[in-house]
Amino acid sequence: MKKKKSVESIVINGKDISKMKISSGPVGQNKTPGSIAFNIFNYTFVTLVAIITIIPFIYIVGASFATEYEIATRPMFLIPQDVTVNAYRYIFSSSKILRGFGNSLFITVCGTAINLFFTVTMAYALSKNRLRGRNFFLNMVIFSMFFSGGMIPGYIVVANILGLKNTYWSVLLPGAISAYNMMIVKNFFQGIPQELEESAAIDGCTDIGILLKIVLPLSLPVLATFGLFYAVGHWNAYFGSMIYMTGAKEKWPLQVLLRELIIMSNGTAGDLNNLDPEFVQPPEQSIKMAVIVVSTVPIMCVYPFLQKYFVKGVMVGALKG
Amino acid sequence: MTTKAAERRAVHGTGKDYWRRLGAEVRRDKWLYLLLLPGLIYFIVFKYLPMFGIVIAFENYVPYSGVLGSQWVGFKWFEYFFKFPAWTNYLSNTLILSLMNILLYFPAPIILALMLNEMLNLRYKKTLQTMLYVPHFISIVIVVSISFVMFGPSGIIYKLTQQLLGHPINYMGSPDTFRWMIIGQTIWKETGWGTIIFLAALTNVDTQLYEAAMVDGAGRLRRLWHITLPAIRSTIVLLLILRMGSVLDTGYDHLILMANPLNRKVSQTLDVFVYQQGIQQGQYSYASAIGLMKSIVSVTLVLGSNKIAHLLGEQGLY
Repeated sequence: MKKKKSVESIVINGKDISKMKISSGPVGQNKTPGSIAFNIFNYTFVTLVAIITIIPFIYIVGASFATEYEIATRPMFLIPQDVTVNAYRYIFSSSKILRGFGNSLFITVCGTAINLFFTVTMAYALSKNRLRGRNFFLNMVIFSMFFSGGMIPGYIVVANILGLKNTYWSVLLPGAISAYNMMIVKNFFQGIPQELEESAAIDGCTDIGILLKIVLPLSLPVLATFGLFYAVGHWNAYFGSMIYMTGAKEKWPLQVLLRELIIMSNGTAGDLNNLDPEFVQPPEQSIKMAVIVVSTVPIMCVYPFLQKYFVKGVMVGALKG
Repeated sequence: MTTKAAERRAVHGTGKDYWRRLGAEVRRDKWLYLLLLPGLIYFIVFKYLPMFGIVIAFENYVPYSGVLGSQWVGFKWFEYFFKFPAWTNYLSNTLILSLMNILLYFPAPIILALMLNEMLNLRYKKTLQTMLYVPHFISIVIVVSISFVMFGPSGIIYKLTQQLLGHPINYMGSPDTFRWMIIGQTIWKETGWGTIIFLAALTNVDTQLYEAAMVDGAGRLRRLWHITLPAIRSTIVLLLILRMGSVLDTGYDHLILMANPLNRKVSQTLDVFVYQQGIQQGQYSYASAIGLMKSIVSVTLVLGSNKIAHLLGEQGLY
């Protein structure tokens, strides 16, 4: 309960974004036949779109509990007749998938911690007007939002120059700061009343002390929001692990395993020769479904928070731009 | 120049004085600079070093010799690409996929946002929105995986089409369906989420406009056309300009999951080419050259479409 309260309000640029209304419809609809027909069509159509959006998830969850026989014979079902947990039993006895889950968790937790450390320290330093060279550093960040070296030079820096291939660092460090997130956190820090920090400075606090004792406790909601932003990004990432961890399969996160297990085992994949012998035989449908469920559940657990704050986050960007 | 120097002297004092003061300020803020350091190092190493790394597009880069020690070859890789007969194929695959994306995916969130905006039952609308935003948070690997278990040979949609048409359609492996699957996945994943930016723009509409239009006898569709749509026009233009900049980007993380030898003919886009040449085959210089060309075209297109937007009287990007 207490934790929930700390993420209740987020003030960015003086607006409490967690209390902003998402939308207000055009008011006053006259009851003409045309208007009623419009309403019927509108409600039906949007409801259908929402159902199409959500139904694959329901189907996959249902089928993951079904027997292989039922998946093969019954053309369409959402709730299986014979419920079995065989697929899950298989998954939780497969050391490979369990390790993948553990790796994903490890990368998400460490990655998010690194993200928050780098983002907060830099945002705090740049939030101070008195910092000499501040404009230069800010422009440096903004420029990098519009131009990038591209995939290959980035790869060369990580793999050849820093030599991080096959280490967890190769997926933890390259995305340590999102310039966009850092700028929003910086703006938030600038909105904190100066007097609080000045009184601490008079009491002999250094800048680092002020950040730890005054600024951070006041910014917990913002940290929670951006922590979620970063965490979802890490959980969903596959490309970095795929290109940097080619020689360290034991460090693969769930997403890369999923690619091997479901997409490449389909027989149509490009590099079948790279495939793990364990997976050459296409796994049963229900096992594929269960792996999809297992790798989606963590996202679904944080989804209520995601929806609340991501929506506001996008809106802040939209309103500012 | 001289006035600027004079100004600086006036503010910061002359020569020695200036440096002394600078030193004092830096010393005063030493802890702030210490806090700045990790982020600064990050941007230099992971953002600016790769930018200078673009020079390998003009070199015969060998990891052993390094970026500075490799042989300079000028425009060799660019010429090499245009002499390669299949390059038009890569370009046309890229452009067709982008064009389909702009024509089919781009309008989807706009239409859905307008429809959501017309709903007056706010609780019901919120429930639908909760459902519509879900796929945005799902990774692309899972989206493609779901496609495989539903459209693949033992999947439910595959079997249903077999029953309905009498013959199966190879959704996941055929060149004919490849582009439709890509666009379909994008629409399914991002349409709901894409509505948010338009719904945000629509909150700024003055409701008095609707009331005035109603008094004048305007129906639902007329109000939609004359009030609601103009309210989001600048947002649409803005997003279209940004979209123009990525007309050569087909999203390698999505495409390499869907590409396979069977749909080679249509799945080979410039992004896939950069990935295959650079990462898979280690032709770093060649791939960087293609990447650099893409970036140049992107910047040109953004600037160009922004100019056109200005000419049409829109606010544009800046």
